[in-house]
Amino acid sequence: MSHHVVEVRDLSFAYPDGTEALRGVSFRIEHGGAVALIGGNGAGKSTLLLHLNGYLSTTRSDVRIGDTIVTRETAALARRAVGMVFQDPDDQLFMPTVAEDVAFGPLNAGLPPDQVESRVASALERVGMTHLRERPPYRLSAGEKRAVAIATVLAMSPDILVMDEPSSNLDPRARRRLIEHLLSFEHTKIIATHDLELVVEVCRHVLVMDAGRIVAQGPTVEILSDENLMLAHGLERPHILRHAHPH
Amino acid sequence: MGITDWIEIGRMDELGRMDTPAHRLDARAKAIVTLAFIVVVMSFPRHDVSALTPFLLYPIALISLGRIPVGYLARKILIAAPFALFIGIFNPLLDRTPVTTIGTVAISGGWVSFGSIMFRFFLTVGAALALVACTGMNRLGAALERLGVPRVFVVQLLFLYRYLFVVSDQAGKMKRSAEMRSSGRPLRLRVYGSMIGHLLLRSMDRAERVYRAMVARGFDGEVRVLRPSSFVWSDAIFVAGCLLFFVSARLWNLAEAFGRLLTGGAM
Ligand SMILES: Nc1ncnc2c1ncn2[C@@H]1O[C@H](COP(=O)(O)OP(=O)(O)O)[C@@H](O)[C@H]1O
Ligand SMILES: [Mg+2]
Repeated sequence: MSHHVVEVRDLSFAYPDGTEALRGVSFRIEHGGAVALIGGNGAGKSTLLLHLNGYLSTTRSDVRIGDTIVTRETAALARRAVGMVFQDPDDQLFMPTVAEDVAFGPLNAGLPPDQVESRVASALERVGMTHLRERPPYRLSAGEKRAVAIATVLAMSPDILVMDEPSSNLDPRARRRLIEHLLSFEHTKIIATHDLELVVEVCRHVLVMDAGRIVAQGPTVEILSDENLMLAHGLERPHILRHAHPH
Repeated sequence: MGITDWIEIGRMDELGRMDTPAHRLDARAKAIVTLAFIVVVMSFPRHDVSALTPFLLYPIALISLGRIPVGYLARKILIAAPFALFIGIFNPLLDRTPVTTIGTVAISGGWVSFGSIMFRFFLTVGAALALVACTGMNRLGAALERLGVPRVFVVQLLFLYRYLFVVSDQAGKMKRSAEMRSSGRPLRLRVYGSMIGHLLLRSMDRAERVYRAMVARGFDGEVRVLRPSSFVWSDAIFVAGCLLFFVSARLWNLAEAFGRLLTGGAM
């Protein structure tokens, strides 16, 4: 479907202090399913993700989500299509209760109360957090916070899910549950992460970033098994691919 | 124990969600009445103390109807008390004319107005905190917006409140890590200075990220709540009754009148 297309063309961006975070990034994702964005610290992954919903934008528009060219004017549309799960759930959860936090997006979209309520219920159900709905978010465990943060975004029914390091700070069980959730979502997913084992399980495609550029892209196993490529960009070949034979 | 526990801002949210007669009042009604309360209390001449005492009734009513723990509220008031102390403390130095005596001790006008300032501070801050505790900050924000308070102002207020949590959280973490590396010696002033600088920068970063997450979920400056309360006749009675009481207590010294009534003094 066309509104699942994400296209970035020759995107460059520098922060006000002069840091060139993106230097001519181009890629196109049209298949549904999941794409991983991997690269060392400071490669520019988070900065790139912030362009996908128009939070950061250049004067030339280099980002297209479905049929929308993302500019300041169309940012609201892009935000409805692109659900963004941020790296630190504490930044994302700011309402007094879990339920109110999940309701925040649907309320801003102007939905009537009964629809908001059903969105909240189904989003929490989806991540198995219904029992926490009246709890204050800051009292939850890291895994619960992450799940609720994902629910806040699911409640907006986005076409595309964008996640920044979703498995950071999770213990093995919470991480396992996250992976199962990710596998169950039908959305197009773009996942920035260092967690290469998660990439192998969840993503079919990989984009490798280094110093503000996409330096490689292709099928997951092929890219991640390329020892030289991985080492050259501050990454390493994941253990579960150690004995796999690509090509 | 971190500073977060000390400010206990999450507790305020929990209190705001309770269901009591005070919580069921419309948020706009409570906001109007509390604002009127603050204006009237502040309008008293600076040497008045006794005429202010009837005004204790309003915060006490909110606190008891709203089942707000008094100890909790008192601690919150004390956090802000140094500011009032700072404003009031110069009065005794500047104004030394005796205005009254207790026993054989002459009390100067400065001390009386100091007492008046502190008393007014406790009344107004107490009422404002009680209002938040029996309404919830988000609902209060939505009410202010519906009352016509400019959106920018309401959003600032809500952010201030949210970020208080963020900042105190950061401060708690930073203080703990500094203490762990200071081998039990008290932290020096220079360290505190540097910590406050870092705290400011980090809090700004954090505030930016929180804002970013709000924008990502369609926040456009309008505060929306799931179940906006509606203004019913009991709210109207509440507003009218309170305003009537404030105005009478402002015009006549009810405490003195009450005292005369009790002691059977001739009018
Ligand atoms: N707000 C900012 N101001 C200035 N520079 C920034 C800011 N945020 C990130 N950077 C810089 O931009 C580059 C890319 O950062 P980022 O996108 O966060 O990378 P990643 O998410 O891949 O770790 C880094 O050099 C980082 O220091
Ligand atoms: Mg990042």
